[in-house]
Amino acid sequence: MSYKANFRVWRGDVDSGELRDYTVEVNEGEVVLDIIHRLQATQAPDLAVRWNCKAGKCGSCSAEINGRPRLLCMTRMSTFSQEETITVTPMRTFPVIRDLVTDVSFNYAKARKVPSFTPPEGLKAGEYRMQQVDVERSQEFRKCIECYLCQNTCHVIRDFEDNKEAFSGPRYLMRIAELDMHPLDVADRQKAAQDEHGLGYCNITKCCTEVCPEHIKITDNALIPMKERVADRKYDPIVWLGDKIRRRK
Amino acid sequence: MATGTAAPGRAQIRERHLRTDRWWLAPAVTVTILTGFIIYSTWRAFANADYFAEPYVSPFYSPCLAENCDSMPMSANAPLFGDWWRLSPALIILIFPLGFRLTCYYYRKAYYRGFWASPSACAVPEPRGKYSGETKFPLIMQNFHRYFLYFAVVVAGILTWDVIIAFRDEHGAWGHMGLGTVVLLANVLLIWAYTLSCHSCRHIVGGRLKHFSKHPMRYRYWQLVSRLNTRHMQLAWASLFSVALADLYVYFVASGVFDDPRFF
Repeated sequence: MSYKANFRVWRGDVDSGELRDYTVEVNEGEVVLDIIHRLQATQAPDLAVRWNCKAGKCGSCSAEINGRPRLLCMTRMSTFSQEETITVTPMRTFPVIRDLVTDVSFNYAKARKVPSFTPPEGLKAGEYRMQQVDVERSQEFRKCIECYLCQNTCHVIRDFEDNKEAFSGPRYLMRIAELDMHPLDVADRQKAAQDEHGLGYCNITKCCTEVCPEHIKITDNALIPMKERVADRKYDPIVWLGDKIRRRK
Repeated sequence: MATGTAAPGRAQIRERHLRTDRWWLAPAVTVTILTGFIIYSTWRAFANADYFAEPYVSPFYSPCLAENCDSMPMSANAPLFGDWWRLSPALIILIFPLGFRLTCYYYRKAYYRGFWASPSACAVPEPRGKYSGETKFPLIMQNFHRYFLYFAVVVAGILTWDVIIAFRDEHGAWGHMGLGTVVLLANVLLIWAYTLSCHSCRHIVGGRLKHFSKHPMRYRYWQLVSRLNTRHMQLAWASLFSVALADLYVYFVASGVFDDPRFF
């Protein structure tokens, strides 16, 4: 069954912009990205939108729908009432390029600051041996599609531009947790998480978990465990002493 | 210079946020319930009365660490503070569960959102211009949550003893049970579940390890606590209600509002 939906889409660039009203046809089973494509095809051929897989796996079509960070391709039109006006804007944490497309290079810069997997000295590729039970905890984090919705919704950088320098955001703190939990990684991730990537800025309000399209428990399984590991190192003299004596890992 | 979502370079959108759902409901409920609990517990903690009705001890007053407590036969009293403490003895012991809940990872989310609007809801901007999170005093003290966990385990153990002695009648004879026993038992089960589902507990029992395969028992404990941990929020609220209700029940019985119905 088709109906006409009311859309408000942000149109503009780095200098100026506005929310523009459109009335677009919606068919059964469609998602918001389908409607944006119909808008391009029928009323706004110059509307810029980044997309690729239409299956929630490439992480390209991140935007904000009715003020909530979401993937355009994974938001079903059936979740809205037919009378509702649906507002679509670009992600509001990153610089806008045009219309719904933002410059997410902040995330690439932060990614480069996380040292890659560091195996023990002398262990060559092909010689890695590990047990499934030791790696499965961090495999959850490998589901990340790098849509940057978690980075976009995190109030530490969304509401405070100044914090972008000191805080790497949930995506990259999760990457650090993934490596720190890896049985063969020997790099010191814990001090770096606190001192170089700003883990202390996180106040665990769980917005990153709330918006993750892959349903990764970012806060409970990555950020809080990292905070506890940092507490071991920096704020708990008993654990520090125990580690020194028993050298446990 | 504008900051936050109005910072230069970002899409210039007049509205601070565009959420159309009832995003304010959850923080409003949190503030209402927590404020209600704070008011109730402050009144009860300062009351210094009606906290013991043989064989029931209010969880707000157990253990008693001062000498100015009512006589509470068999309960876990240890007058460490001697007779110089003149205020309500509840004020001493409540510091520990209060500290545990105040630094709890779930409650932090709840009160940061509810009371400090930091943020009130996802993608709803904060009302302040600077933010340093938990990097500075006093919030850096949240890292001491594990120490409050240790105390919370001791307190939960003492409350368990209070349940055991609640299997007596009003004259102290064993092998009896009343509605109060059920109330205290339900409370202590929820307190244990909340305490053991704590994120710090999850870390201590096994989360800190890099090689689960070398510590199979700790891996089992970690799995168990992880399962409980997924319900940490629900257990936090349930145990908050249960501890207040358990105290209220003892208050009603001790003040003579009603008699404790005895099952046997």
